[in-house]
This record gives sequence, structure tokens and C-alpha cells, in this order.
Amino acid sequence: MHVRYSLAPLAISALFSAPAFAAGLAVNVEIPRLNVSEYHRPYVAAWIERADNSVAGTLAVWYDVRTKTNNPEGEGTKWLKDLRQWWRRGGRELAVPVDGVTGATKPAGKHQLSFTEGTGAMPKLAPGAYKLVVEAAREVGGREVVSIPFQWPPTTAAQPTGTGKEELGEIKLELKP
Amino acid sequence: MTHFTLRTAALAIALSAASLAQAHNAWLLPSSTVFSKADTVSVDAAISNDLFVANHAPLRLDGLQITAPDGSSVKPESEAKLKLRNVFDVSVAQQGTYRIAVINSGAFASWKDKATGQTKRARGSAETIAKDIPADAQDVTITQSSGRIETFVTVGKPSALKPTGQGLELITSGSPTDLAKGEKATFTLHIDGQPAKDLDVTVTAGNTQYRDKLEELKLKTDDKGQFSVTWPAAGMYWLDASTKDNKTSVPQAKERRLSYAATLEVMP
Repeated sequence: MHVRYSLAPLAISALFSAPAFAAGLAVNVEIPRLNVSEYHRPYVAAWIERADNSVAGTLAVWYDVRTKTNNPEGEGTKWLKDLRQWWRRGGRELAVPVDGVTGATKPAGKHQLSFTEGTGAMPKLAPGAYKLVVEAAREVGGREVVSIPFQWPPTTAAQPTGTGKEELGEIKLELKP
Repeated sequence: MTHFTLRTAALAIALSAASLAQAHNAWLLPSSTVFSKADTVSVDAAISNDLFVANHAPLRLDGLQITAPDGSSVKPESEAKLKLRNVFDVSVAQQGTYRIAVINSGAFASWKDKATGQTKRARGSAETIAKDIPADAQDVTITQSSGRIETFVTVGKPSALKPTGQGLELITSGSPTDLAKGEKATFTLHIDGQPAKDLDVTVTAGNTQYRDKLEELKLKTDDKGQFSVTWPAAGMYWLDASTKDNKTSVPQAKERRLSYAATLEVMP
């Protein structure tokens, strides 16, 4: 719900403002390769959190979106609550699936996501302190949260990183002024 | 109506005034407290010393009341009466917070039989208890009891719970299913809708059988009936409080015993 924006203002802003001036960010999420007997790809949520821990916007949610039992929401919605922190902070207010936000679970490796402020999943952010939060939860596995604080709007191109220990690898935030 | 054995009567007393003796704990244990969407929650109901280990007696479900987020009443399913616990399922279909409660309200009496001099006991409702006592009974004592044992389950986004305004009850600021380790939660205890001041509250983590000390948090409500808990660890917790007053609705009763117990889940 929060991340759905009408397209009209976007079209207008695309017409009247040069895209080069819109700040953006990229998130690189590494899902580690794990040597376990029963492996399931983790559910992952990435979101931007304000200083008061409220969700400014959900950037991505990866879960089991297969619809083999004709469930239009996807098979895995039952377990979305296991992304506990995201769920509690605002995930439960999102009606999944959401175009450009929800997607299938990803294999081990590095996954790059790019966002421009005010378009797609990334909302317009008021200047201030924020956190990028990435949470992963795996069936018959563990759960991990990695957060990276940042200031918005970015003044210089910076690449703060954070690293998970078990369920997440390196999380890289690329700030594009 | 029913004449109970000594043991059952003692249990009834223990139930309604848990702090008065080394009483057993009455609890409900939901299989989950947070659901993404419509689902089924399975609930254990038992009375035992160890939390939440069903090793003593089942909790009677006569006073079971399940309230959906929209205020409607929900019937339990697949109810089973086992030797050590009672079990039931609840289909949680609506978005919001469900209240699952066992309410024990009633009265119990004890008297000396005139002919034999033996002590007799009876338990019943506030309305009928007087009829159970023979006219020639001596040393009659009637005590009213009002107890609530409950737990909460949320589907999707939590909804506000409507206070009942009856007996001892817990009012949560925020949702009772939104508790997390290291965070502070504030609660208010009410008696008949009014703040319960200076009341002792204990909060005990489950799995008591796996530690040497009970490590219960002993708290007290302030002038506004409020108290707060900073959750030391994740897990299922049992919160309980009890008190007594003289606001009885049974004319012959001198005392009303009030008790409250809630099972709350704290997430890591």
C-alpha cells in the first residue's frame, strides 16, 4: 500500500526535471552459499527506516511467489511474518504482491537493486537520518538483520557497507547524489 | 449446585487467588501469536506449576470466550479434553487481534453441617450459591470470585482491544502481540474499569523446568494502575496479578477475589 504511487506525478516529474538530478541509491545484497543438508532460499526484505524506526518505504520483499495452488498472493505469504522485524515495523500493512517490490526468492550470490528517489519502490525522503535494513529468514534456518545508517540527501557518492554473519553476506549501500 | 470434593474446592480457591498459597498456575498456550493471514491457532489450556508444561491438570473451558477483532464471538473447534490439558483450535480469519479468554466467575461457600459438625463446601454461580446452603448451616462463609485467564493472537495488523470493564483486566498500550526482546512495554491493570493501584504483578518466562531459579519479575502498579516491563529475552511469558476487595454482588459474600493471568509472546 505504502509503496504504490500513482504514475501521473512521476510522468510529470520525468518531463520537467532532468533525471540526472534525482538522487538515488543502490543496494547490493549478498546471499551466502551455505553448506546445509536442507537448503531453502531465504525470504528477504529490504526497507528504509526513519530515525524513529518507522518504515519510510519497503524496497524489496523476496518470498515464495509461486502460485501452484492458484493462490494469487503466492504460496509463501503464510511465512512473511517470519521476516519478524519487517513484519512488525510495517510489512503487515503491505498488501502483497506489489509490483516492483515483491519478487521470487533469489539463489546464493550478489543481487543488485537500483532505485531513484520518488520512482518505483523508493519514496521521496525528507532530509534526515535513515537506515537501510535488510532482513533474511530461511526455512529450517536462521534469521538475520543487517542495518546501515545513512544521511539523506547524500552529499557525496558513498558506499557504506554492512556484513551479516550467517544468513546474509555483504550488504552494500551505494548512495548516488 | 454441585458439591465438590475438598480437592476441587481447594483448586477453585487456588485458581481464584493464585497468590494466596503456593497455588498452581492456570494458563493458555497458543501455538503462534502472529499470523500473516487467516490461519488456525491451536491452544493448550492447563493448570500446572511449571510454565508452560502440562503436567498437572487440564484447565476447564466452561468459561471460554473467544472474541474476534470485530467484537463477534468465535466458537472453538476440535475441542479435546485430555488428562493433563485441554486443547482447542480457533480459526482466525479476520485481520486484527483476537482475544482468547477463560473467565471464571462464581462463588464458593463453606459451612458446618448442623447435624454432623462436618465442614461442607459448594461452588456455583453468584446467583445460585445461596440455594446450595442448607437453612440451618452454621459458620457460613461465601466468597465471590472473578478470574480471567487469556492470551492474544493477531492476524496481519493488530487491532485495538475493547476493555470489558469487568473484574481485573489488563490494558495494553500498543498490541499485546507486538512485544520484542529489549523493548519496554507499558500495561495498565483495571478493576471494573478503574485503575488498580499498588497491585503486585509477576511476570515469569516460560520453560521454568530448565532453570534453577524462577527469575520472575516482581512489579507493582503505580497510581494510574500502570507498570512496564523491559523484556529480558524472547519467549512465552506468563503475567499474573490477583487481589481481593469487598465489592461483591452476592449479598452474603464478604469478599471478592480477583485474578488475572495472560500469556504473552516476546519475539527476539
